[in-house]
Amino acid sequence: MTAPTIERDVSLLVQEAIEKHGAHRDALIPILSEVNHALGYIPAEAFQEVHKQLQTEDVSVSKGQLFGLASFYDMLSTKPRGRHVIKFCENAPCHVVGGKAVWDALCDSLNLKNGETTPDKKWTLVTTSCLGLCSVGPVVLIDDDLYGNVVPGQIDKILARYE
Amino acid sequence: MAFYRSHVLVCVDPECLAKGAHEVVDALQDEFIAQGLIDEIQVLETSRIGGCAVGPEMMVYPEGVHYIGMTPDDIPYLVEEHFLKGRVVERFREVVKPIVDEELGPLRPKEVRIVLRNCGQIDPNNIEDYLAADGYQALGKVLFEMTPEGVIDEVLNSGLRGRGGAGFPAAKKWAITREVPDNPKYMICNADEGDPGAFMNRRVLEGDPHCVIEGMIIGAYAVGASYGYIYCRAEYPVAVETLNIAIKQAREFGFLGNNILGTDFSFDLEVRVGAGAFVCGEETALIASIMGNRGEPHPRPPFPSVKGVWDKPSNNNNVETYSVVPQIILNGATWYSSMGTEKSKGTKTFAVGGNVVKPGLIEVPMGITLREIIFDVAGGIKDGKKFKAVQTGGPMGGCLTEQHLDLQLDYEALSKAGSMMGSGGLVVMDETSCMVDIARYFMDFTQAESCGKCTPCRVGTRRILELLQKICDGKGEEGDIEALEDLCFEVSRNSLCGLGQGAPVPVVSTLKNFRHEYEAHIFEKRCPAKVCKPLIRLNVEESVCTGCTVCARNCPVEAISGERRQVHHIDEKTCIRCGICVQVCNFNAIVVSSEGVIQLTEV
Repeated sequence: MTAPTIERDVSLLVQEAIEKHGAHRDALIPILSEVNHALGYIPAEAFQEVHKQLQTEDVSVSKGQLFGLASFYDMLSTKPRGRHVIKFCENAPCHVVGGKAVWDALCDSLNLKNGETTPDKKWTLVTTSCLGLCSVGPVVLIDDDLYGNVVPGQIDKILARYE
Repeated sequence: MAFYRSHVLVCVDPECLAKGAHEVVDALQDEFIAQGLIDEIQVLETSRIGGCAVGPEMMVYPEGVHYIGMTPDDIPYLVEEHFLKGRVVERFREVVKPIVDEELGPLRPKEVRIVLRNCGQIDPNNIEDYLAADGYQALGKVLFEMTPEGVIDEVLNSGLRGRGGAGFPAAKKWAITREVPDNPKYMICNADEGDPGAFMNRRVLEGDPHCVIEGMIIGAYAVGASYGYIYCRAEYPVAVETLNIAIKQAREFGFLGNNILGTDFSFDLEVRVGAGAFVCGEETALIASIMGNRGEPHPRPPFPSVKGVWDKPSNNNNVETYSVVPQIILNGATWYSSMGTEKSKGTKTFAVGGNVVKPGLIEVPMGITLREIIFDVAGGIKDGKKFKAVQTGGPMGGCLTEQHLDLQLDYEALSKAGSMMGSGGLVVMDETSCMVDIARYFMDFTQAESCGKCTPCRVGTRRILELLQKICDGKGEEGDIEALEDLCFEVSRNSLCGLGQGAPVPVVSTLKNFRHEYEAHIFEKRCPAKVCKPLIRLNVEESVCTGCTVCARNCPVEAISGERRQVHHIDEKTCIRCGICVQVCNFNAIVVSSEGVIQLTEV
């Protein structure tokens, strides 16, 4: 899902996102989500571009407001992320069926803590709010791939699937 | 419509997808083509049938045979046996038995399904399936036979109350929104189901999206609204996709858009996806988020019914509330109000979790007792343990005890008992749960999700969490309980929105019902449930230990010593109380105790 950051033209990306979701104030979250999805995070120049391209008669948003949005919502990141983002459900239903051990195995295997990215920019490890898949917990979401009933022993095998 | 002799419904819930449901669908299609059966047998994708834990799963109609656990490689054999030779393949057959499903299986004792009636029965991505299940008939009845006031009266008489948890009569809200002299008006569906462990709304959105859409259209007609938003959390990608497909199909069929069913009533709606913020389930925060702002709540009044999206009157209900509206219209208010208690009518869905035999999704009539839910519907407490507490209403709900088990479930009874209906999470706890630890766990959650706008919630929840942590760490002092009580009172009273107002409830209710556990932690330095690590000790029971060395080999900090075939010993100072030795010991020789002795090591 995530393309290498540098080669993408941020200006064009923002333009496409605005065209897709509309040049409205209420399209800001979808626009930022689109950028976040394409780049894995929202770089400073993307805020600049959205600010610049959305200056119309009706709409005007400051870079500060945009950053405020991105920092409020957990799914929007202002820091670069790895090529693959691992989201681990840390909520009670997953916790009671052995989630902690899976989380420890993930941290050990990648040598990461919550929110960190590996030096080779391959993996980012974060916790997520409840995914509602409590009956197959513990649940791990890697990019858009769901893994349910995960046990610590499977972690290396699962991670090996990703380039 | 083409005629098929047989229909194969394959479950494509996220759980089954994760186990290769799409590959099974592809394999089925390929094999039916190869066998020349493709014109006779239709393969459909549906939501959960009931065996996702052992998925992929599929249902074959008209026989009603439920297959589970097959891989694409098994499909050629299965197709040959079942569809060519007409023999049921017992190897993959899910025999109908009471305990099949973790989430939504066959009807359990005392269950009544209205909200969930179509889930797993129809293809959510095909509007025709919904139509065949009486779909959009209620809309027709409303548009051609009823006035908006008539609709409001019918829903009012049914006694339907907001299923988001607060329990405000749905039709009363409609009437208020209708009467505000301002236009346009908006409909909002709150599908930001963020409570951990609660996934009732996800099931409805993924399994039967049209009933929610139909309910919203009927509501819009009653309210006089012209546009609607379904605000769905981004953690539910399948629900978002299913909704978008359903909305598109509803437009194609003329149920949404201009001049619905040829009348002069027009209404359309769209899905708005969140970006990961628990507080957006609060209605004013949700509205801020729809408008592209930070999802921070603002004080009410003005209520959304008066000033909502774009400062216009906006009617906000929860997924479950809308989903029952078509059934109320079709079957009548009397039918719906025949279920439940005096003030709480109809049914309610719950996600039952925790230490019960059969956790999962249930729908029960209001007025059922907690005892019936826990022991009849959910099969009782797991592993023969003793019931201790049940937490209702999600992270801002209270913990109820044995004495509350015979309460008839309704909004008032739960509030009176110190908890709330909430969206429908039920966490059942047995004797091994420490109530101080539970309170700390929920406070940890709400503290992290506090949006930070108002000080009582932002700072207050943090201070409460610190006190609870201190008590769990065995450092509680005289006066901590009183300080907790004061803080909880202030945070509840002064916070801006439901999150802060409700955040102290787990603490308040455990303080009320399990005060002795707090006192044991503080004054005796003891955790009665043996959960809080700094307050427990692990010892080897000398008469049982065989000296097999398993514990010593598995101890991560090398705190266990002893020669082979000799009794082992745990060094208290090194031990981190991780409990691995308890799990690995084959002879149950490691004993956990909490006897009030503290020889604390830095953990």
